Amino acid sequence: MSTHADTHAHEDDHGHHHKETFVTKYIFSQDHKMISKQYLITGTIMGVIGVLMSIMFRMQIAWPEEPNILFEALLGKWAPGGVMDADIYLALVTIHGTIMVFFVLTAGLSGTFSNLLIPLQIGARDMASGFLNMISYWLFFLSSVIMIISLFVEAGPAAAGWTIYPPLSALPMAQGGSGMGMTLWLVSMAIFIASSLLGSLNYIVTVINLRTKGMSMTRLPLTVWAFFVTAIIGVVSFPVLLSAALLLIMDRSFGTSFFLSDIFIQGEVLHYQGGSPVLFEHLFWFLGHPEVYIVILPAMGMVSEIMASNSRKPIFGYRAMIASILAIAFLSTIVWGHHMFISGMNPFLGSVFTFTTLLIAIPSAVKAFNWITTIWKGNLQMNTAMLFSIGFVSTFITGGLTGIILGDSALDINVHDTYFVIAHFHLVMGISALYGMFAGVYHWYPRMFGRMMNKNLGYIHFWVTAICAYGVFFPMHFIGMAGLPRRYYTNSAFPLFDDLANVNVVITVFAIIGGAFQLVFLYNFFVSIFFGKKAPQNPWRSTTLEWTAPVKHIHGNWPGEIPHVYRWAYDYSKPGHDVDFVPQNIPLKEGEEELQH
Amino acid sequence: MTAFLTIIIVLFVAVAIWQMVKIFDLAQVGVSNSQIATDNDNKINAYLMLAFLAFIYIITIVCFVKWGDLPLMSNAASEHGSQIDNLMIISMVIIFIVQTVTQFLLHYFAYKYRGEKGKKALFYADNNTLEAIWTIIPVIVLAGLIIYGLFTWTSIMNVNEDDDPLVIELYAQQFSWKARYGGNDNTLGKANVRLINLDNANILGLDESDPNAQDDIITTEVHLPVGKPVLFKMRSQDVLHSAYMPHFRAQMNCVPGMVTQFGFTPTVTTAEMRQTPEIMEKVANINRIRVEKSKELAAKGEPALDPYEFDYLLLCNKICGKSHYNMQMNIIVETQEEYDAWIKEQKEFKDSLIK
Repeated sequence: MSTHADTHAHEDDHGHHHKETFVTKYIFSQDHKMISKQYLITGTIMGVIGVLMSIMFRMQIAWPEEPNILFEALLGKWAPGGVMDADIYLALVTIHGTIMVFFVLTAGLSGTFSNLLIPLQIGARDMASGFLNMISYWLFFLSSVIMIISLFVEAGPAAAGWTIYPPLSALPMAQGGSGMGMTLWLVSMAIFIASSLLGSLNYIVTVINLRTKGMSMTRLPLTVWAFFVTAIIGVVSFPVLLSAALLLIMDRSFGTSFFLSDIFIQGEVLHYQGGSPVLFEHLFWFLGHPEVYIVILPAMGMVSEIMASNSRKPIFGYRAMIASILAIAFLSTIVWGHHMFISGMNPFLGSVFTFTTLLIAIPSAVKAFNWITTIWKGNLQMNTAMLFSIGFVSTFITGGLTGIILGDSALDINVHDTYFVIAHFHLVMGISALYGMFAGVYHWYPRMFGRMMNKNLGYIHFWVTAICAYGVFFPMHFIGMAGLPRRYYTNSAFPLFDDLANVNVVITVFAIIGGAFQLVFLYNFFVSIFFGKKAPQNPWRSTTLEWTAPVKHIHGNWPGEIPHVYRWAYDYSKPGHDVDFVPQNIPLKEGEEELQH
Repeated sequence: MTAFLTIIIVLFVAVAIWQMVKIFDLAQVGVSNSQIATDNDNKINAYLMLAFLAFIYIITIVCFVKWGDLPLMSNAASEHGSQIDNLMIISMVIIFIVQTVTQFLLHYFAYKYRGEKGKKALFYADNNTLEAIWTIIPVIVLAGLIIYGLFTWTSIMNVNEDDDPLVIELYAQQFSWKARYGGNDNTLGKANVRLINLDNANILGLDESDPNAQDDIITTEVHLPVGKPVLFKMRSQDVLHSAYMPHFRAQMNCVPGMVTQFGFTPTVTTAEMRQTPEIMEKVANINRIRVEKSKELAAKGEPALDPYEFDYLLLCNKICGKSHYNMQMNIIVETQEEYDAWIKEQKEFKDSLIK
């Protein structure tokens, strides 16, 4: 390890001789700290678009087919007279899902914090390849731009649901959005996957090779463990989605029949023969399910770190936490079939996937109990990041528990594709991962920008968001159990559901309030960059290495030698020390024993 | 012009919120210079954690009281439906207990162990016994759920051909359903979308030379004799659809290029179901809502809504395009005699063709 450290210190000296221009510093930067900010800001902008879309379609569900000046203003020809068109409703739902899952919670979350924290927490000068890192961000940027452009094509953006099941997504005559809109969607996602793979490979190599002296794998903070395992899942599963996307492009543009067969549409028989949409579902969910863990694991890692630091206590069960991350990662790749119980695949496969799916509850339960035990008898510092971490555990439990219903093939028959599913996955991976992301921003903001965010605005942001999140998604379980299918433009075609209309209004009102209060966060975020209080070296008094680096960002992270590590990352309130935290770079005192973890 | 004005107004609202936040922000200058939580912050947020716990409990209770009488979660109209409902209730009870306890621990600890200056946290990093306990308990509970679930699943999905089920094809297209009965021989004739001929009204692509197809009956409503096992064969002509029959706890995707299936036995006729207290209450409630809505419509000069009468439904539950939200078909469960009378009136395939 020491050889790495020396060579990097050398490169660093070298680097200082070059004058950084505006372009190399802020745009085509190869510095992991700058790239992480680029990811965060791009992800935030995409997030604003995604949330705005959700508020629009929520308004349509609550007040169906009523003229709405917001629609008239923003949707143009798709809302004649201010009444939302059914096609654009499906497009909004589709793009909302795509943006939130991939662009915000994958790139925005993992891209930001893996980039920021991996080198800083393992004691490296930068990522293994700064150049690949830069390419990774710019591919992500390019894919974001293409996705946004797809919103403006003549026949409308992709509208087949974020899962883009063929044949709906393959045939422009089946749906307007399956023309140019879907082509752009596929191109955008292909580029996105390339970006994600470059990033993931970089993270894996960096964690394996560039740990500083003394930073053994069992001394790594749980954040790095989570990012590391997430990157591995990404490398294993994202290429499968790429292949699915490429095969779909073939079917769409070159007349192959991978996913299509025996289709009669608009008065004519199409030539496709022998393909199967079920194959696409398998390929899609082979990524699609691990994807939810790609989204949630980094959040789990950050929450573990933030909870320990703010509880002034070691994380409870460090080894069990690592084991459960690994177990979740492994299981995540063999459960995809639970999205397909009623797809027409052999029911025996359904049995297998029920078994593997419910197993995932075990490591998840271990994690939840470990977090709760971590705050037990702690000295909880209620910083905003801590509130979001507690909120994370709360929504993760609420949303996760209904997984035992959806993962059970027999029960899935009746709640599949209803609002029950929407409630489940939004709480367990949508809201939870978003909380993880907010927690991360509030916690590491001083590290990113050298300034503090306003805590009182943070408190307002958290409490309103927390109430609205439950207000939006909790009642959805009940309309789902009443049989209301998702992706319905309006429920007025079914008098059976008339008694659920008032629930939908309540949900929408919560959604609008919750969405509007994200402005508090945006204000706090952007204004604090320039006017926030200057951050001290280690504001949360944490043990990890990133807080030993100077507040002012320098290329190479540490002036002079990089710190060596002598202990694990969770020596909080350790008996025998005067202060309630001992950073990782402090050598063991004489006679002090490192915890046998 | 209105579009422009709306954008301006939305922008102004956003600016107004922004400015209010800014005033709030500036008003705090001098109150506290530190952006790190103080003892006072810890205390306030700790109490809010307790309040939030109460909020979670309240929203749970409100939801259960207001919307928890779920006629689609009890009152199943099929033989296997009660199995699903039992498993659902067991799962819900387990969820309810775990949710109540864990949320209590989480928020109560957050309240109880709020930070204070000078307090020292307990250095407590590991306990193998505890880890073992909360690994083994979920293992046991889940093992039970998995075994129960798998038995239920297998018994639902196993189609017993010895029961001589009534075979019905559910045929999906954008955006309507058709049903096809096997006729006297209870055997569906061969079919493929390539054989569709709209000119002679062979709309489902039946093989006109297949003897089994001659007596097939194509309808736009499903009628089922009560108590008789039925086996649905699903087919789609264009995109994925999903045949969702929530009252019967039945659902299966319709996949172009393949035939999928789902079988069940209806146990309650439509007429009986309309008389159950749950459904009567639900229908009365819906009709109250529709009367209110009709008043609003009348004020606008629009026609009033028809009163609602309960019927079993087949819904499309897989996104299939523009009118996905209105792709439905009635299912009528009736006595064998009523069913026989109805089916006799339907046209056989060979007679429905335009020669």
